[in-house]
Amino acid sequence: MSKNVIVIGGGIAGMESSAYLAAMGYNVTILEKEGKLGGHLLKWERLFPTKRHGKEVLEFLSQGISEHVSIIYHADIENIERKDQVFNVHLSKGTSLKADAVLIATGYETFDARKKEEYGYGIYDNVITSPDLEEIFLSGKGIRTASGKVPQRIGLVHCVGSRDEKAGNIYCSKVCCVTGVKQAIEIKEKLSQTEVYCFYMDMRMYGFHFEELYKEAQEKWGVYFIRGRLSESCENADGTIVVKVEDTLAGKPLKMTVDLLVLLVGFVPSEGTRKIGELLGLSFNSNRFIKSADEHTMSNVSSEPGIFMAGTCTSPRTIANTIMDARSAAATVASYLEGYNIEKRTIHRNLK
Amino acid sequence: MKDFGYTINKDRQINFDRTDKWIYEYLKKHEPSFKLCIGCGTCTATCSSGNFTDFNLRRLFTLIHRGYKLDMKDEITKCMLCGKCIMVCPRGVNTRNIILKINEVIENRKRKK
Amino acid sequence: MNFDPFVIPFLTGLSFLCAVLIFKYAKWFIKLSREHKFKLLKWIFSHKIILALKEIFLESLLHRKIFRRNFVLGYMHASIALGWLLLIIAGNLETKLHSSKFFNMPYDPVFLKFFVHERSGIPIAAFYTFVMDFLLLIILIGIGLAVFKRFRSMLFGLKRTTRLKSFDKIARYSIWLIFPLRFLAESFTSGQYNTGGFLTGTAGHFFAAVLPVDYLSYPVWWGYSIMLCMFFIALPFSRYMHIPTEVALIMLRNFGIKTNKIYDGITEFEVNSCPRCGICIDVCQLNEVQASDIQAVYFIQSSRENKKDERKAFNCLLCGRCENVCPVGIEVNAIRITKRKQLVFDNKNAFNFLTNGSTEKADVIYYAGCMTHLTPAVKSSMCRILDEANVNYLFLDKDGSVCCGRPLLMAGKIEAALSLVEKNKKKILESGAKTLVTSCPICYKIFREEYKLPIEALHHSQYILRLVREKKITLSNSQQCVVYHDPCELGRGCGIYDEPREILSRTSQLVPMKNEKNNSWCCGGSLGDFKLSAEQKSEITRDVLMEFMAYSPEIIATACPLCKKTFAKYGNAKIQDIAEIVLASILKEKVTEKKVEVLQ
Repeated sequence: MSKNVIVIGGGIAGMESSAYLAAMGYNVTILEKEGKLGGHLLKWERLFPTKRHGKEVLEFLSQGISEHVSIIYHADIENIERKDQVFNVHLSKGTSLKADAVLIATGYETFDARKKEEYGYGIYDNVITSPDLEEIFLSGKGIRTASGKVPQRIGLVHCVGSRDEKAGNIYCSKVCCVTGVKQAIEIKEKLSQTEVYCFYMDMRMYGFHFEELYKEAQEKWGVYFIRGRLSESCENADGTIVVKVEDTLAGKPLKMTVDLLVLLVGFVPSEGTRKIGELLGLSFNSNRFIKSADEHTMSNVSSEPGIFMAGTCTSPRTIANTIMDARSAAATVASYLEGYNIEKRTIHRNLK
Repeated sequence: MKDFGYTINKDRQINFDRTDKWIYEYLKKHEPSFKLCIGCGTCTATCSSGNFTDFNLRRLFTLIHRGYKLDMKDEITKCMLCGKCIMVCPRGVNTRNIILKINEVIENRKRKK
Repeated sequence: MNFDPFVIPFLTGLSFLCAVLIFKYAKWFIKLSREHKFKLLKWIFSHKIILALKEIFLESLLHRKIFRRNFVLGYMHASIALGWLLLIIAGNLETKLHSSKFFNMPYDPVFLKFFVHERSGIPIAAFYTFVMDFLLLIILIGIGLAVFKRFRSMLFGLKRTTRLKSFDKIARYSIWLIFPLRFLAESFTSGQYNTGGFLTGTAGHFFAAVLPVDYLSYPVWWGYSIMLCMFFIALPFSRYMHIPTEVALIMLRNFGIKTNKIYDGITEFEVNSCPRCGICIDVCQLNEVQASDIQAVYFIQSSRENKKDERKAFNCLLCGRCENVCPVGIEVNAIRITKRKQLVFDNKNAFNFLTNGSTEKADVIYYAGCMTHLTPAVKSSMCRILDEANVNYLFLDKDGSVCCGRPLLMAGKIEAALSLVEKNKKKILESGAKTLVTSCPICYKIFREEYKLPIEALHHSQYILRLVREKKITLSNSQQCVVYHDPCELGRGCGIYDEPREILSRTSQLVPMKNEKNNSWCCGGSLGDFKLSAEQKSEITRDVLMEFMAYSPEIIATACPLCKKTFAKYGNAKIQDIAEIVLASILKEKVTEKKVEVLQ
C-alpha cells in the first residue's frame, strides 16, 4: 500500500512537489483554500527576467497534476492530530484525512502597504502597489491615473515593507527589485512617452539574467534610477503625488511630482503559514517565516518529524527557486517515507 | 605615496589612511545603532530642517565615518530634534541620540582645549 | 530643671539637624529666582498660607494620596507621621501642665517619664497617660508594618521597592528602633515606679516581674536618646529629609512656585522632598525592557547628589506615569528637562535660517505637525472634516513640516526651542486666525504652555467636538467596538481625556479599559526618550498592544500621529486616529441621509 502525503497549499510549490511525489508513487492530496490551483502565479501577467507569460509556467505545473493527485478545494483546516507516525487532518467541512507526511506549501502574502501610511496607499488614489499594477496588466486595460488620464510620469518605490525595521520586516524580499525593473519596462512598452523612475536603496540583481534586465531597462527603455528611499508622499490638489526622497548620490533632498506611484511590496508569511505552523507547533524564525531544521542542509525539514516545507513559507523566493525547492522538498518527503533518517543520515528501510 | 611634489591647496580627497576617526569610534561606542546606517537617505528626505537648509543627516553620518573634518557644531544645531527621521529610519538608528552625542563630543573637546 | 547626661545625644542630634536644615534651606532660598522670591514674599501672609497648611495636614501627615493608592501603606505612613506629631504635641502639653511653665527644655517631653514619676500634680493625668500610650501604640503598629513591608512589599501594593543608600539605611534602622526603645524605657520605668497607662503600665508590670528593671531602665533611656540622635544626624542626608522639606515645598507650591526650565532653588526643594517611597518604580515602563536605575526615584536621588548623570536624564519617555502616582506631586518631567538642559548645547540662534515668507489670512489655522506628515490619513481626514464643516481654514504646514519646538524643549534645548516658538508664533498670528487647531498632542502641549498665544489653541479632538456640538458636522454611530489610547502628551500632559471619549461614544461603541486616562500607557514611541533602542521601544509597544487586544477591539483609536505610527508597526488590529473615525462617521451619515431622501 502506498503512503499518503498531504500537501497544504496549491500554489507553485504545492503543485510542483505534488507532481514529483505522485510521480514517485505516493498518494498525494492537495488542500487548497481557494477554488483554483496556482496561487500567486494567477496574479502575475508576465514573469521576470524573461517577460514570458505566467500562464505558460502555470500550464507546465498543471500538467504535473495527474489523476494520482487529488485536490480538495476551499479546504479550511481546523486541526491536525498526530498519532505515532500518522497525521489526521480535520477539515471544517467535517472530513478527515490520514497522512504519513505533511508538506507545508502555504506560501506568502504581499505586504499590506497601508502599514507604510506615509506612502499614502489607501489614502491617495494614485498610489498603487505592484500587484495592483499586475492586475491592470492582466486585465488588458491601459495604465491610467485615478482620473483616467495617461500618466506622464510614474514612480516605482523599492523595498516597501522589506528591509524596514519600521514595517517589522528587516529581511530582503528578493524579488521586488527585479519586479520593479520588469514592471518599469512593461510600463515603457505600453506608454513609451511616460517617464519612469525607480527609487531604490540597492539594486539587488543577483539572479540569472537580472542584471541584463536592469541594463536593458536603462539602455533600451530609458528607465531612470534614483538611489534614495522614499520618506513620504503627499497629494496635490490635482491628485498627483509628490514624493520626497534624498538623491543620495547627488547628496541633496529631492522632491518629484508623479502621476502614479507604484509601491513594490515585499513578502510576508501568509496567514495560512502562520496558522498551519502554529497548529503543528513548528518553530518560526524571528522574521515569522517557518524555521528550517538547518538553513544549509535541511531547508525543507521542519522542527517536527514528518512535517516538511516547500516554497515561500520558509523565506521569500523567486518562481525558479520555488520550483527547485518544491522538487527538493518532494525528494526529502519521499526519502523520509522510505525510512531515511534525514538528520542522522541513516537508512531503516521499512518492509514494503 | 608620492604627490609628485605638487602642493594641494585644499584637501580634495578623504585620505582614509590618515583621517582621524575618533568621533566615529566614540559614537559607535555610545550609540551602537550608529553602525546600522545603510545610507538610504530617508532621514534627509523627511528632515524638517532639511526643508530650509542644507542640513543633511545621512551625509553627516557618512562623513563622520570617513573621518572627514567638518564644522559639525553649525550642522547639528540646525536639527530640530522633531523625530521624523527616527520614525522613518528603516534600520532603527537612534538618530536623535546621535545628534546629542555629537553635541557632547564638541563640548568635551572644547573643554579639553 | 530636669537633667541627666543621657539627654546630650538627643540634644546634639537635634541641634545638628536644625543647623543643617537652616543652612540648606537658606542656600536654596538664595538660589530661588527673583520671580519666585517675589512670589514667596507676596503670598506668605495671605489666605494661601491657610490652603497650604490644609494641604500639609492632608498630605504630609494624613498621607491622603498614599491612602488612596493602598490602605495599609497609607495607614503605615499616617500612623507614624501623624502619631509622632501628636505624641510631640501631647508630650509638650503634658510637660507644660506639669511644670506649669511656658518654657521647657526640648528634651523634657521626650524623656518626661524618666524625670517625673509623681503625676498627681498634673490635671487629668490619667487622660494624658492614656493618650500618650495610645499614640505610642499607634506608632508601634506603624513601625511594625514598616518592618513587615521591608520583607513583603507586595502586600502594600509595591512589586519593587527602592534600593537604598547607606544613610537611608542608618536612618531607617534608627527609626525602627526609636519607638520600641521608647516603649521599653517607659515600660521599665513604669515597672520601677508602678506607674504608666494601659500599654507601658501593663508591660511595666510584666517586665518588673521577670526582669531586673531597676538596672535595665537607665541604659535603655540612653539607647533611646542615642537612636534619636542617630536619626537626627542621618536625616538631612537620607530620604527622611523629605519630612521637613515637603512641608516647605507644599507651601512654596501653594504660592505658585514651580520648577520652570532651570534647575534652581525650588528644584532643590522638590528633589529633597522625595521620600524614595518607590511608588513610581512599578509604574515605569522601562523596568521590563531595559533599565531599573533610571526611574524617577533614582533620577531624583542622583540630582540630589548634584550628579550630572546623562543616562538617567535622557533615558526616560517623559510619559508622566511616575508624576501621576507621586504622593508628593514632584514634577519629575520638568526636573528631568532642567537636568537635560545642563547637559546639552543650547543655541538660541540656531534657527536664524528660517526667514519669514507671507502668510495667507484665514479664520482657523490647521497645523498638522511634523509627525502628522507621516500619517497622511490623519491630515487628509482633518482637511475633509474642515471642508465638510465649511470652515475657512489655512493649512499652515501643508508644504512640509516645521517643528513646534516641543521636542527641543524635551531635550533640554530650551533657548533653541523658544526661538522656534517665537518664529512660529509670528507666522500663526500673521494669518489673523482666531483658532489654531493641531493634530499633534506634542505641538498642542507647547502651544498651550509656551506660545502664549492671544488666540485659542485646540487639539483636533476638541475642535471636532465643537463642530459636532455646533451641528456643523453630523455623526453616525457605526457600533464598532473601539478602545481609546490616551496619548501621554494629550492626557497626562494636557488633561484632555473627555473630548476624545465623547466623540468616540458618538461614532462607535467605546469600551473602557483598565489602564486608561491618567493611568494610560505610553505607546513606546515617545520623543522624550533618547536612549532606548528600536527593539526596546518595540517591546514596550508590543506589551501595550497586547493589553489592548484583550478587549478585542475592532479599532484601536488614538489622537496622536506618533502613537498611531508607533502602533502601526505591529498588530493586525486597525489603528486609527479620531479624525479618521469621525470622517468615516460623517460620510456614513451622509449616505444614510441620501437614502432617506431617496425614500422620501
